[in-house]
Amino acid sequence: METVFTPWASLTGGVMIGLASVLLMAFHGRVFGATGILAGFVIPSHSGGWAWRAMLLAGMVSGPLVVFALTGEMPAVDVPVSTTMLVIGGIIVGIGVTFGSGCTSGHGVCGMARLSPRSFVATISFMSATAITVYVIRHVIGL
Amino acid sequence: MKHLITYLIGLIFGVGISISGMANPAKVLNFFDFFGTWDPSLAFVMGGAVIVAGIGYKIVFRRSAPVFEPVFNAPISTVIDAKLVGGSAVFGIGWGIAGFCPGGALPALGTGKTDVIIFFAALVSGILIARALMRLDLGGSSGAATSNN
Repeated sequence: METVFTPWASLTGGVMIGLASVLLMAFHGRVFGATGILAGFVIPSHSGGWAWRAMLLAGMVSGPLVVFALTGEMPAVDVPVSTTMLVIGGIIVGIGVTFGSGCTSGHGVCGMARLSPRSFVATISFMSATAITVYVIRHVIGL
Repeated sequence: MKHLITYLIGLIFGVGISISGMANPAKVLNFFDFFGTWDPSLAFVMGGAVIVAGIGYKIVFRRSAPVFEPVFNAPISTVIDAKLVGGSAVFGIGWGIAGFCPGGALPALGTGKTDVIIFFAALVSGILIARALMRLDLGGSSGAATSNN
């Protein structure tokens, strides 16, 4: 499935993601990692911090609704894979981000911005694995 | 007031993800499909986010503490081990199969699309499975996934 190249929308979105990360550090002193925020919400820890994660998640989920209110259109969510692949991929993502201690937002944005060597290594690892997986699925297996 | 500010920070992220294309698996998978229907848009997402966060963090860290908390709580681990590299590689494989990453899927839940809800349920299952495995193998290590890099 072809998609349209959207450099300005993507750059604007990226700037907003960066801004949200800076604000979360300024107010809560935390990196904006979707994995950690979700895990801390689903599995509340003894040290607390459930309420701010819940508020943050509520804000995140409201994003598409605000876009809809402003533009009259929901953001595109086109899924070119089968439900089976969504389920298998989802479970694998959940396992990987837990063992790898982060995902695209935590390692790829916040960690790289903090010049964390761990996050550089993690980001190179998952970006390479994703590219290889997409190559194998689309051009070797041919799904 | 504190909760409102936190909600708005989440909202900025959610709107950013929504307009960036990160919530759209078709676009995400095309970013990685260099030999097929390549769409380089997502390089602009990561580039914009990392540059803004990099400059912003420098300014924020001039303060001695964040506004709502007594201390900054950024991850301090510097260990690069098989768990970090392997776990991240496993994440990449899942991302390449499904096209959603956690930060893309969470805001996408707001669209109410069944596909997103299915992925989200699988994602949470995977996190719980990994937590259970960690408790078995490591004798109850607490909260590896809450320290996010």
